[in-house]
Amino acid sequence: MDKVMSNKWVITLYILPALLFIAVLIVIPLLLSGYFGLMDWDGIGAMEFIGLDNYIAAMEDSKFWESTLHSFLLAVFSALSLLIYLVVALILASKIKGANFLKKIYLIPMLLSSVAIAQLWIKVYNPSNGMLNSILVSLGVENPPAWLADPNIVLYAIFIPIIWQYAGFYILIYYAALKNIPESIIEAAKIDGASPIQIALKIKFPLIMTVFKVTIVLAIVGSLKYFDLIYVMTGGGPNGASEVMASYMYKLAFSSYDFGYGSAIGFLLLIITLIVTYFIRKVTETKDTIQY
Amino acid sequence: MKIKKAFSIIAFVWLSSMLLVACSDGEDEGNASGDSKTVKFMHLWPEGSSAQHYKVVNQIIEDFEAENEGIEIEVEVLSNEQYKEKIKVQSTSNELPDVGMTWAAGYMEPFVDGGMFASLEDILEEDNLAGNFVTGTTEAFSIDDTAYGLPLELNISSIYYNKAIFDEYGLKEPTTLEEFNQVVDTLKENGINPVALGNRDAWTGSMWYMYLANRLGGEEDVLTNAIDRSGSFEDPALLQAAEELQALVNNDSFVSGFNGLADQEAKSMFMESQAAMYLIATWDLPNYTTNEDVPQEFRDSVGYFPFPQVDGNGDFNSYVGGPGVGLFVSENSEVKDEAKAFVSYFVKEWGERAVTEVGIIPATKIDGEALDLPDLYVEVLNDLNNASNITLYADVQMSASAAQVHLDMIQALFGGEITPEEFVKTHEETLAKE
Repeated sequence: MDKVMSNKWVITLYILPALLFIAVLIVIPLLLSGYFGLMDWDGIGAMEFIGLDNYIAAMEDSKFWESTLHSFLLAVFSALSLLIYLVVALILASKIKGANFLKKIYLIPMLLSSVAIAQLWIKVYNPSNGMLNSILVSLGVENPPAWLADPNIVLYAIFIPIIWQYAGFYILIYYAALKNIPESIIEAAKIDGASPIQIALKIKFPLIMTVFKVTIVLAIVGSLKYFDLIYVMTGGGPNGASEVMASYMYKLAFSSYDFGYGSAIGFLLLIITLIVTYFIRKVTETKDTIQY
Repeated sequence: MKIKKAFSIIAFVWLSSMLLVACSDGEDEGNASGDSKTVKFMHLWPEGSSAQHYKVVNQIIEDFEAENEGIEIEVEVLSNEQYKEKIKVQSTSNELPDVGMTWAAGYMEPFVDGGMFASLEDILEEDNLAGNFVTGTTEAFSIDDTAYGLPLELNISSIYYNKAIFDEYGLKEPTTLEEFNQVVDTLKENGINPVALGNRDAWTGSMWYMYLANRLGGEEDVLTNAIDRSGSFEDPALLQAAEELQALVNNDSFVSGFNGLADQEAKSMFMESQAAMYLIATWDLPNYTTNEDVPQEFRDSVGYFPFPQVDGNGDFNSYVGGPGVGLFVSENSEVKDEAKAFVSYFVKEWGERAVTEVGIIPATKIDGEALDLPDLYVEVLNDLNNASNITLYADVQMSASAAQVHLDMIQALFGGEITPEEFVKTHEETLAKE
């Protein structure tokens, strides 16, 4: 087998199908959307080349920057919520009773489609019949907020289901990583008299640091291009209060029929995500590899 | 080793042949039908949400196929929003169905400009079909005096109300805004939501604004003038309409959190008697008349009244509404003649069946007296016959990008995020730019 794999042609043959798929489905559309961004185009009629006008317009578009800010806020919240997931995973991995059962419960939101989750939370947030406000009213709150209608609240009201949605995914990753830590290390620490919290902070956490860094990248990049729950729950409204980059791009291309401008925003989204990813990788870079 | 190498090559050949098969699939679909011709037809009335529409469309297709040997209709059904998206993608890749549905005016403009829709003037001239349509409906589907779509529905909006609730508190149908506010006050005192409104979709709120503008504008259709640029959006009536609207909001006329509710959610509040009033167009009539899924008790207790007068201004026979969807024929269709024959047949058949079997109002003229119809329906039909003016929905009149601005501004105005002055100014700037 070694001999086969060292044959350059065979390597090419193996890599080619995946490469073709990625090129056709990802790279070419990416370049195309960058190209469409240079056009004045309603998506149907003739295209007109207008150079960088769309990109310049985006720079001056307050709605675009507002949606960018919202995307970054989501990224920050998602990154912070990783700590909560980590705590849950630490507890689950520490041989408590029913850990297996709990793990399955945490996984449920991940098994639901985004649209189902959105519908569920729309019902929860309903200002007059919703579960949340019914509870608040029975607790004596007189005017519970209209969660999805108040421009000051709506964004955070949507963050909660998003964070809830991904809990199972990250908990599972951390759980698997924690289970990989050799039992002997923990034993040794116990014998040395380390408390459970010391073990968690000084042994377990550093040992799964590489996994943690990967999840930071996943969470932030995922948040920057996040679309589905927001689209279903508010459509970016009211009046743009919950608009993120991806939903703004969609609105421009498919509701305002401004394909050129929408493509330009899409391309900017790609660039912003690339830059952010680069910096996170830079910051979280590690030279030394862990050896158990 | 040779065997392994051979294996990997076989694997590759197999993989790539899969790719080739996938690519070549569907090459020869067109020839398969032999001498019979296939017309592809896409519509947006799925069985689940529009059972009656769906059934009648299928009957018409069956009859058409029976009468026209050699033409087959291939149907594809999508729900409203999905339909809008698919049609958009298809037009970009030049693969529109032979016959499909479109909305009027501003919506269809990019399609017509892009040469996607065929002119339907020849169908209108044939058997004097043009004379069958209610005045103004085919015009809404015309650009530069050429019809590119044939309308199927005609809608006018009114305020529907729950008679049972009104009776309980001794309320009467209001005819002026003052009376309307008194009704709202009485309902609030008794802990009842006055008006159901799902303004997440914003066109719902737009109807409230349009009516206020319509009443304040009096004889003149100030809103239409502002949009077609023969007038200005800074017209005093349009500014005052925005002020009146915020007054309604500040008086808590609408259910709480309306800006976060979808129209569907507001509708179910009205239909579960949780709110007393609901401004909607006649496409909802089946829910209050013929739809067996809605309890008879509720259907019997629904009444409606025209939007009240404001400051003594306004004509009750002037409505906000307009044609809903219409049929288009694709310009690049290979079976254009057959497609046009189908459209012509469809429109003729649709007229009567829409009334009797679907329970909506078609864009073709109908004789309400001759048919056995629910009372509420006959009343609406009479209103329609006496209509002095129908102002087409603002978001349909405007181009897609201006409509988006309009809808955002409506949400902001309802939410109190902008002043009426800013509201009209943004509109004026947006419309002036086009």
